[in-house]
Amino acid sequence: MSFEPKILGFLCNWCSYAGADLAGVSRIQYPPNLRVIRVMCSGRVDPEFIFQGFQSGIDGIIIMGCHPGDCHYLEGNYEAEIKYDMIRHFLSFIGFENRIQLEWVSASEGNRFAEIITNFTNHIKDLGPSPLQNGKKNSKLVDKIKALEMASTSYRMRALVGRERALTEQENVYGEKIPEEEFQELFEQAIYNEYVRHRILVSLKNDPKSVKDLAIEFEIKPSEILDHMLVLKQRGQITMDKIVGITPIYLNVMEG
Amino acid sequence: MNIRDQCTWVHSKYPNEAHNKILDLIKMGVSKAEKLEPLEDISIDVESKALIIGGGVSGISSALSLSKQGFETYLVEKEERIGGMLNSLNTIYPDNIKASKFLEGLKNQIEDANNLTILTSSTVSEINGYLGNFNVIIEQDSKIQELQVGAIIVATGASAFQPINMYGYDGKVRVTQLELEKILKEESFDKNNIVMIQCVGARCEERNYCSSICCMTALKNSIIIKEKNPEANITILFRDIFTPGTKNEQYYRKARESGILFIKYSLEKEPIVKKEEVQVFNEYLGKDMSISYDLLVLSTPLIANEDNKTLAQLLKIPLEENNFFLEAHVKLRPIDFATDGVFLCGSAKWPTDIAQALTQGRAAASRASTILSHDTLEIQGSTAYIPEWNKDLCKGCEVCIEICPYGAIRKNEEEEIEIIQALCKGCGLCGASCTKKAIQIKHFTNEQILSEIYALGGREIA
Repeated sequence: MSFEPKILGFLCNWCSYAGADLAGVSRIQYPPNLRVIRVMCSGRVDPEFIFQGFQSGIDGIIIMGCHPGDCHYLEGNYEAEIKYDMIRHFLSFIGFENRIQLEWVSASEGNRFAEIITNFTNHIKDLGPSPLQNGKKNSKLVDKIKALEMASTSYRMRALVGRERALTEQENVYGEKIPEEEFQELFEQAIYNEYVRHRILVSLKNDPKSVKDLAIEFEIKPSEILDHMLVLKQRGQITMDKIVGITPIYLNVMEG
Repeated sequence: MNIRDQCTWVHSKYPNEAHNKILDLIKMGVSKAEKLEPLEDISIDVESKALIIGGGVSGISSALSLSKQGFETYLVEKEERIGGMLNSLNTIYPDNIKASKFLEGLKNQIEDANNLTILTSSTVSEINGYLGNFNVIIEQDSKIQELQVGAIIVATGASAFQPINMYGYDGKVRVTQLELEKILKEESFDKNNIVMIQCVGARCEERNYCSSICCMTALKNSIIIKEKNPEANITILFRDIFTPGTKNEQYYRKARESGILFIKYSLEKEPIVKKEEVQVFNEYLGKDMSISYDLLVLSTPLIANEDNKTLAQLLKIPLEENNFFLEAHVKLRPIDFATDGVFLCGSAKWPTDIAQALTQGRAAASRASTILSHDTLEIQGSTAYIPEWNKDLCKGCEVCIEICPYGAIRKNEEEEIEIIQALCKGCGLCGASCTKKAIQIKHFTNEQILSEIYALGGREIA
C-alpha cells in the first residue's frame, strides 16, 4: 500500500475555514489526508502545537490564514507569519522545515484551497513518512525535537517573536528602529543559541555530563558548549553536580 | 468538526479514506469536547448616544433617523457647513430635483430635530473604548469636547478625483462633471459643442474600480444642457455605460432619443484631446474620428478621502485596496464593521448616489439602534483571560499588550495585566505569544487544541 500521510491543518475561522467549506459546497475534490483544527485566527497557532503535532507522528502541518491585509483581526496573519518563520527555522535543525507550510486562502477561494491541499499532500507523500512516526522511535531525534519545542516556547524566544513587529516597525524611545535585516540576523543567532542550550538541558535531564561529553554528543566545539553552559548556569537552569578528577559534571535543575 | 463540507463532499470518490477521516475527525472533536467549559456572556452597559462622523447626505440621513428614534445624536462635520457633496451639485438624478432645495429640506428637518447636535468645523481626534462605551474627543477650532457614545457611524463620504495633467484639464474649457454642475447652476449656457469623456482615471490600473455614479451624472448633465440649448451637439465618449434600474435605464433612452451621440472607445486607444477637437478611435465603426468642442467634460471617479487612514487607525477599522472603508461582510454585514458598535454608510464605503446614500444612512442608523436601544448588552464570552491558577505565572512582560490588535489588554493600577473582556475579540494572538503561557483563550485553550492534536496522533495526553 502506498504511503498515506497524516496531515494536520490549522485553519482560521474567517477566511481559510470558510474557503474549505466553499470547496465542499462546490464539490471540489482533494486528497483525504487533511485533518482540520479550526482556530479563530492563524495567529492563534502556538508554536507548541506544531512541535507537539510532529511529536505525535503527524507527517505534515499546514497553517492557513486570511490574505495579508484581509485578516479579520486586522493583523493576526502577520503575527502568524512571524511565528511560522521562527518555527521553520527551528525545524530546519532536524530537516523538518519542508513538512510545514503557511498559506493564505480567502473565503471565496475554494478552488485555491483544494489546489494547495492537493499540492501539499503530494509534497508530503514525496517526502515520505515522518521519522518521528510511531514505531520508528529515534531517541536522538526525539530529544532534538523536545529541545526545539522547549527553545521555541521559552520565555526569551516568545518575548523576541512577540516583539518583532514592535521592534522592527516602531521606533523606540530614542527614535531608533532596528533594520529588518539586522533583526533577522540577531533572530537567527538567537534561534540557534536557544536550540543548542535546550539540547544541553534535555541531555542533562537524562543524566549529568561534562562539557566534553556534550561536545562529543552534539559534535559541537567544546568552547562553544562551554559558552552556552555559562549562560545556562547564570540563568540558574543547570548546576555543577560533582567533580570527577578535574572535570566538572553538570546537572539540569530546571523544573518539569 | 465538519464532516459534510470538509469530508463527504470533497472525497466522494474515496469512501474508505473518507470514512477513516471521519473517524479521526470525530475522535478529535470528542477529545476537544471533553475539555470544553461553558462560556459565560459578558454584560456591558450602553450609553444610548450616537456619534456620526461626516455631515454629507448619508450622515444627515443617519442623524435624522437616530434623533427621530429618540437617541441623543451628535454629527461631526469637518467643513464649515453640512451637506457635503450636495453643496456642489446642481440637480439630483433621476428626478432632477434641485440639490439646494433638497439640502434645504434636510436642514429644516435638522432644525426640527430635538436631540441632534451638529458640530461643524470639527474633527475627531481620539477614540477609545468599545461597543456601548466609546470615549470620543472632538476638536472644534481650538475647543476640545469630550463625548461618551454607544455607537459610531462612519459617513465621511468621498472626494472627486482631480484629473491633473489629463486630457488638457484646465478647469475652464476642459472641466470635470462636478465643475460642470457649477456652470449649469447659472441660468445662461452658451456652449454648442460639448464632448464628455467617461471613466477618466477610473477602471484603469491605478483605480481599478467603477465609480458607479459618473454615467448617470453625464446623462443627467447632457439632458439638462439639451433642455437649455436644444441646438447643442453633445457627444459622450464611453467605455461602457452602466445605468442599472428601470429609472436609470429610461434616462439613458431619453438621452439617446434627444440626439446625444455615444461613441465607444477603449482603454488601449484613449481619446486624444487637441486644442479645439478630440480625436477618438470609434470602436463601433473601427475608425478614427475627430469631434470639435467648445466644452470638454471629464467624468472622474469619486476617490477615498485622504484622511481615511487616520480615521481607520483611530477606530481600528480596515480599508480596502482603494482606501475606502471595508465592511465586515459584503453580503451578510454590509453596514457593519468587524469592530462592534461601529457602522458604515454612503460613499465612505463606495461611491454612492444620493438615493443610495440616504438608504445606507438609514440602514446604519437602524443597525446602531440595535445597540442604543438596550440599557445593557450581552456579548460573546469566547475571550482571552488569565485563569486564576495562572495568575502567578505572569511576569508582566507586556508582549500581550503590544500584540493585541484591539488594545484590549492593559496594566491596571496594581501593575497586573488585565484583559478588558468587552474589547477582546478572542483572536488568540496573546495566548499564542504569552511568554509564560498564562493567557488562555476560552473555547480555544492550549489544552483543548492539544487534545485534538493528540487524538489525531493517537497519543495519550501527557
